[in-house]
Amino acid sequence: MNRSLSTPLSSSVAETLWHRAQVSRRRSTRTGLGACLLAFLVLALFAFPVVAQEMESTAPYAYRQLDEAAKEAKAQSLMQTLRCLQCQGQSIADSDAPIAGSMRSLVRERIAAGEEPEAIRAWLIERYGDYVSYAPRVTGLTWPLFALPLVLVALAAFLLRHRFRRGERP
Amino acid sequence: MSASPRSRSWTIWLPLALFLAFIALVAIGLFRPADRNVASTLIERPLPEFVLPGSLPGTPGLRSAELKDGRPRLLNIFASWCIPCRVEAPQLAELKRSGAIVEGISVRDRPEAVQAFLAEHGNPFTRIGADNAGSVQLALGSSGVPETYVIDGRGRIRYQHIGEIRPEHVAMLLGKLEAAR
Repeated sequence: MNRSLSTPLSSSVAETLWHRAQVSRRRSTRTGLGACLLAFLVLALFAFPVVAQEMESTAPYAYRQLDEAAKEAKAQSLMQTLRCLQCQGQSIADSDAPIAGSMRSLVRERIAAGEEPEAIRAWLIERYGDYVSYAPRVTGLTWPLFALPLVLVALAAFLLRHRFRRGERP
Repeated sequence: MSASPRSRSWTIWLPLALFLAFIALVAIGLFRPADRNVASTLIERPLPEFVLPGSLPGTPGLRSAELKDGRPRLLNIFASWCIPCRVEAPQLAELKRSGAIVEGISVRDRPEAVQAFLAEHGNPFTRIGADNAGSVQLALGSSGVPETYVIDGRGRIRYQHIGEIRPEHVAMLLGKLEAAR
């Protein structure tokens, strides 16, 4: 197997496996089939990185962290509170959707340029509305959500006021 | 029991009423689910400034400043890896035949892939800008591919069509272009 030095690793592995398959075929056809299957699986394993490379995002910082750890941490905490626009139950930090890659890249590049996280959030909200952010804001539309628990507690206190009084004077 | 029976008679129904109101709210959400498309909030606002290199080697890029020459046009966001973009290709060709100017932005793509895509599905685009980082897509408030914007002659966004252009959308988009004139 002098050739194996010049051939790619995957083919030399396949050759070895093929030889093993030949040997085992003499023993029984069943193990030969198993070895062939194993060879195929090993080859598939080597083929995978090629596919993965094609899927890689063209956005520069989609899958690359910032060199400066403090800035990366800042970007990370913002990314965890921004919604992926395609798979809407996930944050952009968790999502593998192509557009989430672009959003991560945008966040990292702007953080690297010294922009404040809340300014980036505001920039995205300006374009996509509040939906893009997981951090709730009090607006003309959302204030009832914040007010409702207080109203319900007040209502409960009102409804139960006699019971409290009765408890004081048994 | 200091309260009179009359004042108690309505308060005892209040929790049930609130509960039923809650059930009604959930039922409405179940039977009429909200639209999950995230629309751009930039409608009726100027196009964000951008300068993009050409998608194909040796072709001119696309600059937002070029989209203010007084003629309304379509700005199509597409990608070679996007399946619905193939579906809308005949409709884009038809729009072009009907006199529409179609500009393109290819998103997160590679020149050779764009070239192959256009060779297979036709090239209705006047110019194609390469948005490899996807940052112009985000600046436009676009949440996916394909999307098509109607831009008026002053460079303002007049309409955003989310998803592929189906045959029944062609007349509507021509109407939007006419209205943007």
